[in-house]
Amino acid sequence: MTNPISNVLKSEVILAIGTNTTDNHPIIANYMMEAIHQHGVELLVADPRRIELVDYATLWLRHNPGSDVALINGLMHIIIKENLQDQAYIDERMEGFEELKSCVEKYTPEYVSSITGISEEDLHAAARLYAKADPAAILYTMGITQHITGTDNVKSCANLAMLCGNVGKEGGGVNPLRGQNNVQGACDMGGLPNVFPGYQAVTVDEARKKFADAWQVEGFPSTPGLTVTEMFSGGETGQVKAIYVMGENPVLSDPDKHHIEKGIEGLEFFVVQDIFLTETAKLADVVLPATCFAEKNGTVVNTERKVQRVRKAVEPPGEAREDTWIISEISRRMGYTMPATTPEKIMEEIRLLTPSYKGITYKRIEKGGISWPCPDEDHPGTPVLHVGKFARGKGLFFAIDYIPPAEPVDDEYPFLLSTGRNYPHFHTGTMTRRGTGLNRLCPEPVAEINPDDAEKLNISDGEYIDITSRRGSIKVKVRLTERSKLGMVFMPFHFHEASANILTHSIVDPVAKIPEFKVSAVKIKKAA
Amino acid sequence: MSMVRLTIDGSEVEVPEGTTILKAAEKAGIRIPTLCYHKRLPPIESCNMCIVEIEGEKEPVNSCAAPVSNGLVVTTDSKALHEQRTANLKKILKHHPLDCPICDRAGECELQDIVYELGIEDVPYEPRKVKRDDTYSTSLIRYWADRCIMCGRCVTACRDIKQIGAIEIQGEEENARIVVDPDKCKSCGECLMVCPTGALTENLSRYKGRPWLVKRVQTTCTYCGCGCQFELNVLDNRVIGVTTDVDTGVNQGSLCVKGRFGYEFIGDESRLKKPLIKENGALREASWEEALDTVAEKFKAIRDQHGPDNIAGLTSAKCTNEENFLFQKFMRAVIGTNNVDHCARL
Repeated sequence: MTNPISNVLKSEVILAIGTNTTDNHPIIANYMMEAIHQHGVELLVADPRRIELVDYATLWLRHNPGSDVALINGLMHIIIKENLQDQAYIDERMEGFEELKSCVEKYTPEYVSSITGISEEDLHAAARLYAKADPAAILYTMGITQHITGTDNVKSCANLAMLCGNVGKEGGGVNPLRGQNNVQGACDMGGLPNVFPGYQAVTVDEARKKFADAWQVEGFPSTPGLTVTEMFSGGETGQVKAIYVMGENPVLSDPDKHHIEKGIEGLEFFVVQDIFLTETAKLADVVLPATCFAEKNGTVVNTERKVQRVRKAVEPPGEAREDTWIISEISRRMGYTMPATTPEKIMEEIRLLTPSYKGITYKRIEKGGISWPCPDEDHPGTPVLHVGKFARGKGLFFAIDYIPPAEPVDDEYPFLLSTGRNYPHFHTGTMTRRGTGLNRLCPEPVAEINPDDAEKLNISDGEYIDITSRRGSIKVKVRLTERSKLGMVFMPFHFHEASANILTHSIVDPVAKIPEFKVSAVKIKKAA
Repeated sequence: MSMVRLTIDGSEVEVPEGTTILKAAEKAGIRIPTLCYHKRLPPIESCNMCIVEIEGEKEPVNSCAAPVSNGLVVTTDSKALHEQRTANLKKILKHHPLDCPICDRAGECELQDIVYELGIEDVPYEPRKVKRDDTYSTSLIRYWADRCIMCGRCVTACRDIKQIGAIEIQGEEENARIVVDPDKCKSCGECLMVCPTGALTENLSRYKGRPWLVKRVQTTCTYCGCGCQFELNVLDNRVIGVTTDVDTGVNQGSLCVKGRFGYEFIGDESRLKKPLIKENGALREASWEEALDTVAEKFKAIRDQHGPDNIAGLTSAKCTNEENFLFQKFMRAVIGTNNVDHCARL
């Protein structure tokens, strides 16, 4: 997030696009509720599903899945036509405005309406609502990113925000709500194929030299490595011989399950380090028992870029060991001794090598977290990014054209499947499906379809249906609900017994390599 | 913002306009007894414990709701106030069962605290003529109807913080009780957080422990990216619950159903407890020595024979910064590849 969560209280309008906040980020939804009910903030929702937020929205845009770029270009077209953009901000802080302007020229309300399914009237109302607010915040999650145009969608959100002068401002911003407790930190720490910690690119000579010197090795490859989706394809083709997985369950979480399994089968050696024998761990050659968050010390970074402490509360079960110990032990056996192996010492090493973390010490965050960038120990942290000027100097507009989803519906597969999370469960259910508590609320997977579609297919609420895509088929209970758009199915991916990722396709965004979990073509029939 | 000056118990206090007398007193270091008042909630005014006298006014006022004004002279403690508070509290206590020995909240019950503070000794307990039903609010939260003092905190929290409004008060006077709409309730436990007594308790942990025996460890929730702060409640090396503090973290004491009730996995029997090695198609238990040697030798052999880019690693958005740092360092410095990624995209 460019801005802190509590900043929505200072907004005039919140645009929530592709985020089912009440289900997936309930605490952020608390702030939105406070903003709406106590501060008169108006909510603009853009989502194909009739999510709970719609109940509180001034205006709801039910656009077709995968039409986000067209929608946002359409809003910008109207804003520019009606001269509602923040011209002073654009002149002072931005570049690329003319290119953007000519790009969105063809996204007339009529054209955009034909792509998105939203009336021209609503497009006008939405554009005016967002543009006239000062400031307006954009909140989004995977509804924006999990498309083959995920990168374009994010850039489009940024375009809209910058067009109206909303970046670098309290109560504004472009705010992705992170879905994992430390997905921000895993990225910050260089858990990505193209960057070292602190987003220092592996393609840059000085960065490679800096890390080679610090770690006392000869050097590193100067090209980015493989992304998660490419690793498993590599297993299938023989390009990759071994994979080491720490705390992930790709067999359930990644697109096209059968394809992932084939990738693993093709490996010579597969190691999984986890807290449970997950669907992925069952396929491993060696399984290493690790500790969960309650059994270790360390730091994690929330969606506000705030570095916060995790503290050890209990001893791990049996012989389970901390991940840092396991990694160090493998490393030592391969002839490399990690100098720092306790969390606080590792943090010292992180600070030395990561400029944005330099001022963050365990002592400083004992009582509360600090948002990076925090360049020195006297720095209070940076809750709002890009104030005054952008990190890169001038802000840059991207002229982006609409591209339709990779797998459109057709006569054979007439329904559009979107996957996501539900309220009681989390990700692959490894944690939330243990014990009894959360399972009392949601014991089994349920697919949501629109009652009108159900009627045509002679399906009743609570019956089982077969959902089939070009990749495979699953049987699942169905709920008839207006939440689901006509022609659309929604399914959570938490459940191994009816894994939604048997159905999804693995075509990814060319830049971010994110799969298009929000659009796969499927067919539905009543289960035999 | 314009400031207002007033006198509380003889001390001059200056606070911004709109401040309540209760908050102004707090600023002056004067504690007024409260029961239904809760920091996260608007004034409820159901308990009449926080009454204060205002010079020139006949009747005492509830300080949690009354705003300050210039020149106000406030008395927070007097014989009359004490008598009235005691009488108000006795009215509540009359029907409150003395089942403290079996109550989860004994030891950290706000009703116990205020009874102790006011030094109430003689309360003849009168069982209700019509017994309230004990029902489950949800499958995760238990409602002990007899313990409920009808303060209205849960109703207010559900309505004002969550905008759900699943809880309402039904009936009047002696027959009043709270009722939950199961279709609306999302089991977030906001009501549990604000309940001052043991009227709402968690209906999940099979293990219980007295509050004073439980170790509380402040940490960050392991689920989504909100970064909510909570305390793991530990007894005999087992997490038996989660509590929060209104003043700590972005969540201000609130949690979602996963944060509040999703801790069972920690002590689950099916946790991995020993390294496993696949032999003849099946996983068998192994020692750490054997497992680590196997991994190191295999990685070394593949790296040396085929090159480092034949090995790839998935680090984790569930692990800490320190673990992620070490993992990518291992992949880059020890294996020698940039093939490291995690599930940010999923």
